[in-house]
Amino acid sequence: MGVEIKVGMADLKVCVSPDSITTLGLGSCVGIALRDPVTKIGGLAHIMLPDSTQIRNNSNIPKFADTGIEELVRQVTLKGANRSRLVAKIAGGAQMFGFGSQSETVRVGERNVEATKKKLAQMKIPILAEDTGKNFGRTVIFYPETGDYVIRAVGKPEYKI
Amino acid sequence: MSEINLDEMSNEYFDVLKELGNIGAGNATTALAQLMQTKVDMSVPRVQLLEFKELGEAMGGEELVMAGIYLAIEGDINGSIMFLLEKKAAKHLVAKLMGMESEGEDFTEMEFSALKEVGNIITGAYLNSLSSITNLMIQPSVPDLTVDMAGAIISVPAIEFAALGDRMLMIQTQFFDEMVLDGYFILIPDLDSYGKMLAALGVSL
Repeated sequence: MGVEIKVGMADLKVCVSPDSITTLGLGSCVGIALRDPVTKIGGLAHIMLPDSTQIRNNSNIPKFADTGIEELVRQVTLKGANRSRLVAKIAGGAQMFGFGSQSETVRVGERNVEATKKKLAQMKIPILAEDTGKNFGRTVIFYPETGDYVIRAVGKPEYKI
Repeated sequence: MSEINLDEMSNEYFDVLKELGNIGAGNATTALAQLMQTKVDMSVPRVQLLEFKELGEAMGGEELVMAGIYLAIEGDINGSIMFLLEKKAAKHLVAKLMGMESEGEDFTEMEFSALKEVGNIITGAYLNSLSSITNLMIQPSVPDLTVDMAGAIISVPAIEFAALGDRMLMIQTQFFDEMVLDGYFILIPDLDSYGKMLAALGVSL
């Protein structure tokens, strides 16, 4: 049994099997798990906003989908993952409140998911599975050993993607 | 208008925001007592400027199930306000308000709308005091309620703060009737509104 590494909001960490890596209570944020299936080295980023280029104060790298994914890729490859073998699973990006409107703020979950997919596509990292959108919070646990991405939500049985 | 940077906020600004939080929470407590027709005490609110990573722990864990009421605000101040309450406390309040024991784990439709109303009154009282102190017009929207993990609910205001800086201002208040109710207020004015609020209170930028 490995250790469970915890990733906070606007945070990212690397994880090597047999350890697992988790982030608790994802709402509109997105949890991006990366893995090299051969070395079983992975990592998890918990991003809050889609695009660092839209924000003047953008020095907090893990806060944004674009810079966060770049940094996570850099860190997992530094740890020994093969860049060309990296695959991704993503979860989160919920719309927690309705407001009966389609305002930018309310739709931030959706925009976070779009930006995450765009960045991963740009970096040619395939997305193997996703559990995104809808209106509920998610706790995620990623296992670099198997590539399982386990998702827990309130009032639902645990499932994995 | 000069920019407010929450990460480099001076003690003076912080004290003003703290005082606003104090008064707002006090008003909210009075409203709650009137609604419940009982005596409700309040601890001195704790105003904290927290890093996003610290938010979950500050609220007793990211996975703690809470009720969150969220309203947009318009007028002289634009932004939003959120009030959070632990699910257990929310059930207690609603049961008391409706004069009957709540059954089961989940909220019935009626309990849900009663809770929405409680949230509406509490946040309304908070905003009213803010409005009268600053003499600024504040118009709240219809409230929206969700019951979910603390981390997921808090991500919504946190993301709004994230566009401004790397920390979030949160006001924690404990209410007591027969039990201790931990409530959290998060006021999210946009950048211009911060300036307006502080200017209205005579704090120069």
